Amino acid sequence: MTSLDPMAPVPFRVLRTDRETADTFTLELAPDEGGPPFGFRPGQFNMLYVFGKGEAPISISGDPGRRDRLVHTTRVVGAVTAGMGALKKGDVLGVRGPFGTAWPVDETAGSDVIFIAGGIGLAPLRPAILHVLANRRRYGRVVLLYGARTPEDVLYRRDLRRWRAELDMDVYVTVDRASRDWHGDVGVVTALVPRIPFDRDNCVAMLCGPEVMMRFAVLELLKRGIPASMVHLSMERNMKCAVGFCGHCQVGPHFVCKDGPVFRYDELARLLKIREV
Amino acid sequence: MTTSIEQLLAEQPYFKGLSASQLAAITGCAKNVRFEAGEPLIREGEDANEFFVIRQGKVALEASAPAGPITIQTLGDGDVVGWSWLVQPHTWRFGAIAMGLTRAISLDGECMRRKCEEDHDLGFELLKRFSFLISERLEATRLQLLDVYSPPPARGLRR
Amino acid sequence: MGFSERETLVVDANAPGAIVSALNRAGFEVIGPTVESGSVVYGPISTGENLPRGFTDTQEPGHYRLNPHADGSYFGYVVGPHSWKRYLHPPAVRLFAARREGKGFALEAQPQEAPPRAFFGVRPCELAAIARQDRIFLGGAQPDPTYRTNREGAFLVAVQCGRAGGTCFCASMGTGPRAAAGFDLALTELSDGGRHEFVVEIGSPRGRDILAKVPHRLATEDDLNAAAAVTARAQAGMGRSLEAEGLPKALLAGLESPRWETTAARCLSCANCTMVCPTCFCTTVEDTTDLTGDHAERWRRWDSCFTLDFSYIHGGAVRRTTASRYRQWLTHKFATWFEQFGESGCVGCGRCITWCPAGIDVTEEARAFRTGSAPKERT
Repeated sequence: MTSLDPMAPVPFRVLRTDRETADTFTLELAPDEGGPPFGFRPGQFNMLYVFGKGEAPISISGDPGRRDRLVHTTRVVGAVTAGMGALKKGDVLGVRGPFGTAWPVDETAGSDVIFIAGGIGLAPLRPAILHVLANRRRYGRVVLLYGARTPEDVLYRRDLRRWRAELDMDVYVTVDRASRDWHGDVGVVTALVPRIPFDRDNCVAMLCGPEVMMRFAVLELLKRGIPASMVHLSMERNMKCAVGFCGHCQVGPHFVCKDGPVFRYDELARLLKIREV
Repeated sequence: MTTSIEQLLAEQPYFKGLSASQLAAITGCAKNVRFEAGEPLIREGEDANEFFVIRQGKVALEASAPAGPITIQTLGDGDVVGWSWLVQPHTWRFGAIAMGLTRAISLDGECMRRKCEEDHDLGFELLKRFSFLISERLEATRLQLLDVYSPPPARGLRR
Repeated sequence: MGFSERETLVVDANAPGAIVSALNRAGFEVIGPTVESGSVVYGPISTGENLPRGFTDTQEPGHYRLNPHADGSYFGYVVGPHSWKRYLHPPAVRLFAARREGKGFALEAQPQEAPPRAFFGVRPCELAAIARQDRIFLGGAQPDPTYRTNREGAFLVAVQCGRAGGTCFCASMGTGPRAAAGFDLALTELSDGGRHEFVVEIGSPRGRDILAKVPHRLATEDDLNAAAAVTARAQAGMGRSLEAEGLPKALLAGLESPRWETTAARCLSCANCTMVCPTCFCTTVEDTTDLTGDHAERWRRWDSCFTLDFSYIHGGAVRRTTASRYRQWLTHKFATWFEQFGESGCVGCGRCITWCPAGIDVTEEARAFRTGSAPKERT
């Protein structure tokens, strides 16, 4: 086997683990034994391998400007992700990647940027947000709309506080339900779209979350006059090989692993309306 | 300089497009109100004799539950609170509480109903607006019902 | 249409065995047709004796029978349930083995690859299928290492078809019954009127080298005409056709057609069509450990879009109904494959028709969409 084998995982060591919510956690990794630095573009994903347990596609959540650290935020949904959740500092995880398409952060410099995230969908958007903030002067207005289930399910609380404190970024967080001790917004994230300011002729929207949420959010954006070609979303499908050979992740003609996960909405608009595609 | 209540109403996106005479008619039912943080605008189960247009502030719609009230939705500037005044038996089904200092315009329910009966054009204009509002809230409620961020349902396969 | 443009020779009825021996001596492991469990399958052959002589087959939707045939021909049958993807894109491949090392793991070296193989008896539709898979596995920025290893150096002995099977439709797909290229050697069996010889087309220098070791003579005009008549006979006898023109558009316009439900009512979702299809390439990846938990392996296995598990994402499968899975298969094969690889995913071999236990006929399904007997869209 050569190191060029796209199916062979490369060992990375866990530097740090952080619990985000009851069922999500963040792993900070570095190449094992001084391996080469890891570059990626915001929106791309890796295949993470837990020795003997299996592999799962996980989006990259770290700062694209830092090639010495690889950050993944994951939700426990099965045996493999539970195995990741049990990792401790010093443990080793296999990494293949990065794979897939990226958020159009460079192509859209100069325009207003709207991020819309739902649930764990904030994780794949985080590198794009960090990139935009690191190059803040190159963009117009920057807005983040983030919906979560309850206040306890809100990810990246520290980041959100910091981003909110940036005077030139609007951050709206809303939850589906809450008790009285939550002073933030309650309601669906799509309902925030009509409120936010942006230049519809010069803006880009990047969405990640459950497909239902993205569909409704796109409708609201289109209602406000954003061209479909300026709306981008990240799709989730069953990815096994991540290099376009296994066929599992197809949506119509697209292999989500290599033609996506980030798509322009007009590439998918019709397919999203058809059941079980 | 004080702003007349008629002007305040005209500024609300909700009443945008009403004719001057229609606005004048509604003005007769309107008054300025103000709520401190924690003060209820409406209480579940009580008679629904008014509705509010929030000028500035934040209001939580709530349902009471054994473990304390649950917030269903929060409303802000320009939002309308309450439609039970329009629907029989004119009883509040949910409560609403100010989350911070909230300034609003209160519109008297009985007065509004009378104006609408007298002027069906006005009645229809308002009904269109309330239908839109209700459908918007219904859509949001359905999305919340879907519980899209929830853990995987026990359908299909697990891995 | 003649055979005269390339170097063409004639060999006698013993030549198949002689070619197998020459390939063996040249270091190739020869894989060719053999009879097993009442069907023609592909397996290792060491002499001409292993080749099934005097067989023909009856194929219909959901039906396959191998029958003895008195003429003693070598290639009186057409394609069976196997295709060459078994050897180029095998059903199970170990991608790596790993052992636990401290808190981490180390990948172990893979055993060395098999000797170069020669595929004996590759039909024109199968050459087309190999070309389809070449594009998938070798045509991208990063080729598949397993496929490349198996494909590189593979020696292809093609057989031009003298008879159309009951479910064949290669002529309408432009992939047969005669192949013009893509082989090292191509045989046309002449077994009429007491004559039993083969016309051999040389497709490559190494093809010439192998044939040099087999007694031969130069083909005459008559030989060439006889060979052309063989494939013309197959073409004329082909009972099925699939009109591919306009099909992608018709299928994609009909994604919500009720026809999918009609077909799904017959489809057992058994995945046979995808297993026998020579171009279907989908796989799954399985990670396993031994009982100690210290040794792990990763395997790649054929998978099918007809399984529920195929489209699983957390929360459930995307394609839960048979209708949606049949639609995925058919639209991929005949429509989205064009967008992905610039050509059809179907080569007209007819295997999916023969081996469908319900006898679902893709040519019929395609026709329903093309002619509009399948309503375009439900709105």
